[in-house]
Amino acid sequence: MTSSASQTRPTTQEVDGFDARLVERKRTGAIWHSVFVAATLIGIIALMALLYTVIVQSFGLAAVENKTDPATLAVNGVPLEALDKEELVEILQAGISAGVMRRYESEQPFAERTRENVYALVLERIVQPKVVGSWSLTDSLFRRSAIEAEVAQEHPQAKLVFRSWLRPTFLTQPQASVPELAGVRTAILGSLWTILITLLIAFPIGVGAAIYLEEYAGDSWLTRAIQTNITNLAGVPSIIYGMLGLTIFVRMLEPLTGGALFGAVDQTTANGRTILSAGLTLALLILPLLIINSQEAIRAVPRSLRQASYGLGATQWQTIWHHVLPSALPGILTGNILAISRAIGETAPLVVIGASTFIVIDPNGPFAKFTTLPIQIYQWTARPQAEFRNIAAAAIVVLLVMLLSLNAAAVLLRNRYSRW
Amino acid sequence: MVGEVCFVNNKSTNEFAIEARGLNVFYGSFRAVKDITLTVRRNQITAFIGPSGCGKSTLLRAFNRMNELIPTAHAAGEVLYHGQNIYAPGVDPVEVRRRIGMVFQKPNPFPKTIYENVAWGAAINGYRGNLADLVEQSLRQAALWDEVKDKLRQSALALSGGQQQRLCIARAIAVKPDIILMDEPASALDPIATLKIEELMRELAQNYTIIIVTHNMQQAARASDFTAFLLMDEDRAGTLIEYGPTRQIFTRPKDQRTEDYITGRFG
Repeated sequence: MTSSASQTRPTTQEVDGFDARLVERKRTGAIWHSVFVAATLIGIIALMALLYTVIVQSFGLAAVENKTDPATLAVNGVPLEALDKEELVEILQAGISAGVMRRYESEQPFAERTRENVYALVLERIVQPKVVGSWSLTDSLFRRSAIEAEVAQEHPQAKLVFRSWLRPTFLTQPQASVPELAGVRTAILGSLWTILITLLIAFPIGVGAAIYLEEYAGDSWLTRAIQTNITNLAGVPSIIYGMLGLTIFVRMLEPLTGGALFGAVDQTTANGRTILSAGLTLALLILPLLIINSQEAIRAVPRSLRQASYGLGATQWQTIWHHVLPSALPGILTGNILAISRAIGETAPLVVIGASTFIVIDPNGPFAKFTTLPIQIYQWTARPQAEFRNIAAAAIVVLLVMLLSLNAAAVLLRNRYSRW
Repeated sequence: MVGEVCFVNNKSTNEFAIEARGLNVFYGSFRAVKDITLTVRRNQITAFIGPSGCGKSTLLRAFNRMNELIPTAHAAGEVLYHGQNIYAPGVDPVEVRRRIGMVFQKPNPFPKTIYENVAWGAAINGYRGNLADLVEQSLRQAALWDEVKDKLRQSALALSGGQQQRLCIARAIAVKPDIILMDEPASALDPIATLKIEELMRELAQNYTIIIVTHNMQQAARASDFTAFLLMDEDRAGTLIEYGPTRQIFTRPKDQRTEDYITGRFG
């Protein structure tokens, strides 16, 4: 070793057979470090871009043109918004044909309808507000004067308003054919009903199967085959579960899933495309995931705990019920809620089993026709009018809030049960 | 022998608590313990010593059928408890394990309160007496009562390692066993906690038969009445080399291999 080499690389000690190369090793580490930071940043940027487009579409200026000015509909000086139900029905009767009126009556008798429902009908059929143009949040903020000039020139009748497409009525109104009036009430209810059924079916079956496979089943070729299949099923594309649901639940089990067997619905219109079919299909879809998650949670229970229990003369069931399940519960719950979050966002299988996209009546039970939030979003984004993209963006915000609150619930539950 | 088997308690007439006859334990096709025959005396402390892997823990677990929790394990030969072979068909391992309790190497209290830890075993075994009294009595016997009497409703995991191990002993006592098997009960503890456990074993030996596996030869010499020395044979199966009163094993061993081991020449 020359003296100059020892000066430039003071840590190198080639004398004893080592070449520390500390600078190079640290440089390699630094390169990888920056690669990982970059990967994280790309992910964050993608997420921010998604949120940006959704938010920008959900709010912004809109030019609204009413076919009938609501001011002309005022009765004895009382404005339209303040009229009671009977007066609204009269306005409706005066404005639309008797045939359309009968159709509404047969969908749901006016006597049973709420004031809000009739008011929505009046808006939809009589006032007929029409959004003739809408602009994104960024345009609305930075090009306001240009937009005002454009509206004044092209739509002299229209009124330019700043519109939050995500507004209270958007959550409380059912689906409608005009974006101005459409809401996600029926879609939210449909999603909640479907998830409830999915949960009721998938949770007990999934946890039960996980307990059997982890605690009771021996190590035979059969259990290994079942295990492999469950793992593979977790990776099957969801549309295939849709085909399965269509064949089995919608077609083969139609008397059951359509509710005709129970006499719960009108026999003539009953078919298998119901919430029950959707719930069953989604339950099948998340079942493998749920079994695997629960199995992992059960497997993570330390062996020493089981031994302690058996050592006291506990039976296998007492050991499982008193020690294994309570210890595994936080993990099981977390896994379940993550699986449920996946089910809430599923669209493809529900399209296949025939979720309706235009539902104006609240689903009222497992045998109801339904739509769900992702289906509604999908259908709105496919429409040509720009305003539907606005309400689709607003619906995406609603869906994201629903998913985030579920995940928050998962974290809360886990923290609650891991502390005892 | 079919159906329920009862273990008749006749302590006065029986000098032996439990007896192994030609006992072999297998893991799959591997024989871990080979042809063990030994009798364990009532109300005495018997220590199993030997180098790592000699099968002493496996032998200990064979006395309450704990090995059966490992799917591939099975036993051949007899273990006689009150004259009844616990491996006979019709004998329920659950019943065996209540009579022959166990304390493990690492303290493993349930993640529950101190009270629940002691009471649970009795409760699931259908104890008809007053649970609170039983808990107090068991904790007193385990020399833990004074330390925990004010925090019975607190988590058992908040106790120190030595306290946790004594809680595990209290938990084992609470189901009123005959025999307590201890698998290196002090190996995870500091010397002071170890000493407490040894003193406690001496106390408990008045009412219970204790079998202890230990790596620590000083512990066996200090705390046990009888000592069994095990060693792997050429097939790696554990065999009993020598068994006798502890004093004799440690002062005048009959077998050269025992002498080599206890004098620290190997192992």
